[in-house]
Amino acid sequence: MSTTTLSDHGGAFTELPHGYRLVVGLEVHVELHTATKLFCGCPNQFGDEPNTNVCPVCLGLPGSMPVLNARAMELAMRLGRALQCEVRPSVFARKNYFYPDMPKDYQISQYDQPTNVDGHLDLPDGTRIGIERAHIEEDTGKSTHVGGGGRIHDAAYSLVDYNRCGVPLVEIVSRPDFRTAEQAKAYVNELRAILTATGVSDAKMEEGSLRVDANVSVHQPDTPFGTRCEIKNINSVRSLGRAIEYEALRQVDLLEAGERVIQQTRHWNEDEGRTHMLRSKEEAEDYRYFPEPDLVPMVPEQARIDEIDAALPRLPAERRSALADAAGRTLPDESVTIVVDRDLDELALDAVASGADADRTLTHLQHDLDPAQVGNVSAENLAQLVQLETSGKLTASQAKQVVAEMGETGKAPDAIAAERGFEAMDTSELESIVDDAIAANGDAWAKYCAGEQKAQGAIVGHVMKATRGQADGKVVTQILEQRRSA
Amino acid sequence: MNDIDRSRTAAGIAAAVASGERSARQVLDDHLARIDEREGEIHAFNHLLADEARARADQLDARIAAGEDVGPLAGVPIALKDNLCTRGIPTTCSSKILDGWLPPYDATVVGRLHDAGAVVVGKTNLDEFAMGSSTENSAFGPTRNPLDTTRVPGGSSGGSAAAVAAGFAPIALGSDTGGSIRQPAALCGVVGAKPTFGRISRSGLIAFASSLDQIGPFAATVEDAALLMEAIAGHDPLDATSIPEPFPDLRAGLGRGVEGLRVGLVEELQGGEGGFQPEVLARTREAADALAAAGAKVDVVSVPASTLGLSAYYLIAPAEASSNLARFDGVRFGLREERATTGETYDATRTAGFGAEVKRRIMLGTYALSSGYYDAYYGKAQRVRTMIIRDFEAAYERFDVLLSPTSPCVAFPLGDKTADPLTMYLNDVCTIPSSLAGHPAMSVPFGTGADDLPVGVQVMAPALGEELMFQVAAALEAAAPAGAAR
Repeated sequence: MSTTTLSDHGGAFTELPHGYRLVVGLEVHVELHTATKLFCGCPNQFGDEPNTNVCPVCLGLPGSMPVLNARAMELAMRLGRALQCEVRPSVFARKNYFYPDMPKDYQISQYDQPTNVDGHLDLPDGTRIGIERAHIEEDTGKSTHVGGGGRIHDAAYSLVDYNRCGVPLVEIVSRPDFRTAEQAKAYVNELRAILTATGVSDAKMEEGSLRVDANVSVHQPDTPFGTRCEIKNINSVRSLGRAIEYEALRQVDLLEAGERVIQQTRHWNEDEGRTHMLRSKEEAEDYRYFPEPDLVPMVPEQARIDEIDAALPRLPAERRSALADAAGRTLPDESVTIVVDRDLDELALDAVASGADADRTLTHLQHDLDPAQVGNVSAENLAQLVQLETSGKLTASQAKQVVAEMGETGKAPDAIAAERGFEAMDTSELESIVDDAIAANGDAWAKYCAGEQKAQGAIVGHVMKATRGQADGKVVTQILEQRRSA
Repeated sequence: MNDIDRSRTAAGIAAAVASGERSARQVLDDHLARIDEREGEIHAFNHLLADEARARADQLDARIAAGEDVGPLAGVPIALKDNLCTRGIPTTCSSKILDGWLPPYDATVVGRLHDAGAVVVGKTNLDEFAMGSSTENSAFGPTRNPLDTTRVPGGSSGGSAAAVAAGFAPIALGSDTGGSIRQPAALCGVVGAKPTFGRISRSGLIAFASSLDQIGPFAATVEDAALLMEAIAGHDPLDATSIPEPFPDLRAGLGRGVEGLRVGLVEELQGGEGGFQPEVLARTREAADALAAAGAKVDVVSVPASTLGLSAYYLIAPAEASSNLARFDGVRFGLREERATTGETYDATRTAGFGAEVKRRIMLGTYALSSGYYDAYYGKAQRVRTMIIRDFEAAYERFDVLLSPTSPCVAFPLGDKTADPLTMYLNDVCTIPSSLAGHPAMSVPFGTGADDLPVGVQVMAPALGEELMFQVAAALEAAAPAGAAR
């Protein structure tokens, strides 16, 4: 459908065609990791036989009443604090609409008085994304539409599994602070890291315990935001990026064709790679929210909030900036982000504190060590290895092999190096090999001397071959520069 | 004391059965005989549970013979309004929409009655979903007033009031949302009480308006009403709005008299809108005089916002009802009018299943909650509710209890008010204010009015003031002129 393609823009998608800018806000639903459901004692468990984890309350039978799960409230507040929200007195409200997978035909949610408001989440690249609110609500059941392509309108019949009904959710509503699809993806990854670090949710998109809807609009700089469309049915972080990009281009095409963007809810079709309309704003339900009379307002005590704060684990953003600081970076880079993601930041910090060079430490942790074997590597051994390398006793490629074996065996790096017969050549030996290589590659040497830096490749390659890869590339380059400037 | 024979009161029966003087079975058979005699003309019951009751009575007799204390309601027959869930026994709310539904659980109050040794004789008729003041809005036909079968018993708990008035059971449970216990009690010449909101668990009461619904007792005497309320009141973890404070010993205070108590006659409920009958107003003044003669300090008090109660109530109650009754959609239980699509099935089921008054209130409530109208209707009604609470609190600073008529008129002929819903709604003008405030209130028979039909006087008390309310009610009962012919 789209007449514009991404390739025109190098795929980076920081800019849209015709000077349009992208504006995205995300609504993320997260299932809380509780033993039981939000308002009854049924197990909160994914994957059981349909309609086995149900009772009169979550089936909405007449006369049944909800009773709030204190653990769910606790986890919701913990999440709120992890997102730097203000935890406030809150009131549950009924969101009224008819749907077969919602037994009461209303959803108990929060409306004008949510538990968590006004927080933020910092992306690894430093972008701050505002969190408008993070409110508590109950999940619905799951409908399976049989026949007619799996959509309710054409289905022959529908089956409903009420096991998910009443599972506690927090809906995290961001401000429209995303300007690229990459930021949106980074946000979801960051949120997942926070959710698992705090034990609030297992945050599995594939099991539906983390679900993302995207509000997408486009506009020209210095003009008000455009009309937004909400994209549903996004099943992975990758799909999120694709769906946002598709939808933005669709809107640009509409506007460039002189049409308007109409506020709609749209469905992302993963197979077709496009969105299609579910319903327009005019067809949108009037949810007739009002305070849930079967529940009482929740007023969190400051002492409770303080306890939650005190018990919060260190969050990824904080860990990244600590590691970046220790590594002398102003902002966390890719290696810092990956090392924190893999929970190796403590190890890195300890190694650096023991005198290891930060860059080499991070490089090894990012590239050379199997994350599954990292338990075998102590900070002391890692520091020792990096020191062997920086003092020239091991070349970079030798160090890489030693690190890998440290992961496999847990042995000390000097022992491994000795076993393998790694003894860094002394410089005079290397110098004569380099001189041989220059002699054997006269053309390349001439070009290199003429300032063509990449011509050194042939000479370095010769040296590596002669030393079976054990020469330190950095040292070789140094020798070449000395010879050139001599 | 009035003219009730103690051998026919719950207190008298329980004492006789517990001591072995009479058997539970004998007591039950006496009541079943009276039911047999008059139920055909009165239609108090939707379901008579004679066989179940006999089995239960025999069981109790066996336990008593074995020396067991079976509880404070030993062998006392009781009738239950048919909006209280009873396991495996039809619970219809007098609506076609619950056709065929058997609750899988007992309401909390039903469980407590079992624990207290009571014998359930049947489920009583009501205005459909408790919406009405005459029990004419029942899908199963009206209940008639045992004192004059051309007249209504009041409503919505008309079946329970009639059952007690006809001697079918010494006690019964009803539910009161805007007066549904107190008004039929007044019209049938019996005692009816509703407690402070949250005193009696609503778990298992099929909701009409959740923020107003309360279960309460009907009885021929104040003592029996106290006995029954004590048996069912107190905290319930299944109802999140349940009050944790222990329930007082009401019967201990019944003989204390009213010496020195401050009694306020509510100025706004002594005439005006509502078509107050002069005899009703005269009996209310006489009741006040009787309390003064017994040593109370009686004065007139203004509760200005009480005049706004009716308007606020008829927005709040339908609003909540529109949401509470959404679940009756034909998907999981009860009536199902199957059509080609889910939407059509909803429409057909609800069109066929609900009566006119229920539909009217669902529409009223849906409108009152609609986007753009919420503030003007539901929001404003909630502000009025706050005003009423404030005005009551001011009055209770100067008075211990307040007094008013229960109903502006005595029992009216069937069909008299069905043509104009507004006329019917005016029946609740005196009972609604304490419902909106969540305060306890009860009706005590006090003489007769037009056509020698009973008049009820309403005693209102502040939140948690049940003890004082029953104390004053007992004094009124003692001072009451001979009741209507029984």
